[in-house]
Amino acid sequence: MSNPMLALEKVTARVGRFVLPEFSLEIQEGECVALMGPSGCGKTTLMETVCGLRNGVTSGRILLDGVDITSLPPGARGIGLVPQDVALFPTLKVRDQLEFGPKLHGWDSSETKVRVEGLALDLGLEMLLDRSPGGLSGGEARRVALGRALALRPRLLCLDEALTGLDEARHTEVLAVIRKMIEREGVTALHVTHSKREAEAIADRVVVME
Amino acid sequence: MMDQAKHKDNRIWRVRPEWPFLLFLVFVVAAYLGLLLLMVGANVLTISWDEAGEILKDPDIQHSIKLTFVTCTVTAILSVLVSVPVAYLLSRYQFRGRALIDTLLDIPILLPPLIVGLSLLILFNRVSPSDCCWMLAGGFLLAAIFGGKGLVRNVTGGLVVLFGVGAMILSVSERSLEDVVSGVGLPMTFHPLGVVLAQFPVAAAFAVRTMRTTFDQISPRYEEVAMTLGCNRGQAFTRVVLPLAGKGMVAAGTMAWARALGEFGPILIFAGATRGRTEVLATSVFLEINIGNLPGAAALSLLMILLAVTTLLVVRFFVGRGGAA
Repeated sequence: MSNPMLALEKVTARVGRFVLPEFSLEIQEGECVALMGPSGCGKTTLMETVCGLRNGVTSGRILLDGVDITSLPPGARGIGLVPQDVALFPTLKVRDQLEFGPKLHGWDSSETKVRVEGLALDLGLEMLLDRSPGGLSGGEARRVALGRALALRPRLLCLDEALTGLDEARHTEVLAVIRKMIEREGVTALHVTHSKREAEAIADRVVVME
Repeated sequence: MMDQAKHKDNRIWRVRPEWPFLLFLVFVVAAYLGLLLLMVGANVLTISWDEAGEILKDPDIQHSIKLTFVTCTVTAILSVLVSVPVAYLLSRYQFRGRALIDTLLDIPILLPPLIVGLSLLILFNRVSPSDCCWMLAGGFLLAAIFGGKGLVRNVTGGLVVLFGVGAMILSVSERSLEDVVSGVGLPMTFHPLGVVLAQFPVAAAFAVRTMRTTFDQISPRYEEVAMTLGCNRGQAFTRVVLPLAGKGMVAAGTMAWARALGEFGPILIFAGATRGRTEVLATSVFLEINIGNLPGAAALSLLMILLAVTTLLVVRFFVGRGGAA
């Protein structure tokens, strides 16, 4: 078996008063894993630790594509994040949200344009590129956040309860878009959810945290 | 019989009328607003409009109005420049001593204004630069000991050494801080620049409070997402947080401007009230009262009230429409 894309090796973490018990996980390249567990078990803390947003790893290692990223800053890890509250930058239009990462990394303008227009087409955002986040529906906002996270072609896509709060129709629609984009981009994905139905619908494998 | 039947009908619960509570609210609001209106009205009734016109044409008063605008604006800009990093640090970082710093920042608001002026007067005229360095070195030494680890300890430790060495070098001189700043062309005591310094501590404290609220209202999630996209802390701050804090910065600046406009005690003590030199509108009112020109003082008071109301309306316009976004 090839090296896993993401490997958590006996990771323990302390974030404030919360202590994340030892946890190990391997995700193969291109695989989508849903992480489930009861409220307060540390799913989101684990995901934030993987993304480098909580510097609380007390033991163990996090390897991404064989590279130890445990102490790397978030921006150096090559991980895209779609948070639960979406967190689209309120002052930026949809196009600027998608261009944010590529511009920051110094992509040339033609490369950025091709990437952003390609993503907009795949995500059904062509008509929304000049909209502000305030004018988007819940489903549209999720698709923009997904595009923003994928724009830099991350090696790992982290989705933190990204479908919470959507009505049934939008939920099904966005779920299908996420699944399609994961396959089209060939990205490895870690999806945190508390919905068994959602986990089974989106993931190749379901991991339950105790 | 009908009433009894009605009360026994448990499908309708009995609720007491709400008019006494509404009456109480209206009474308190009317009494308070009435007092404010009477205060403004008293000024209007006292004004002799001819004299008001005369006093506004007085070159000293015109100088006072100009100096008020200039000093308030400079103070407001300085307050925003200082309050943004201070408030961001307090809003986003957890460190030992944060609560203490938070409390210390409120001191200018709580202190009697005269004490702010007196402290500045003593600092600039009775304390040598060497003593200033020793005091700062002592303060940073305490911060280095109790303030935490890592970068904070390294920076505060470095400042202890810097100010300690500075204190030793400067100890050969007997000059006061005022002598030193005057020597480099920035005289403070009884000088227009001193007006800005006298306005600054309280104005900046209000600006810090406003910016702190602004940053607290901005979800840290935006910065976290920006950081996963390649930003460091500084880039996330400048590219994501600052554009979101724009209205809050305007509100903080306006609040600082209004506070600076109303400052009187520290200016009187530290910068003085010299006609045509360090006189600002607040001191003009004081000087007019001193020479017995009550209508003139009332006219200037009305001008200040007008400026204050305009400022408040500007703040309401920005903050009321979402100070943080």
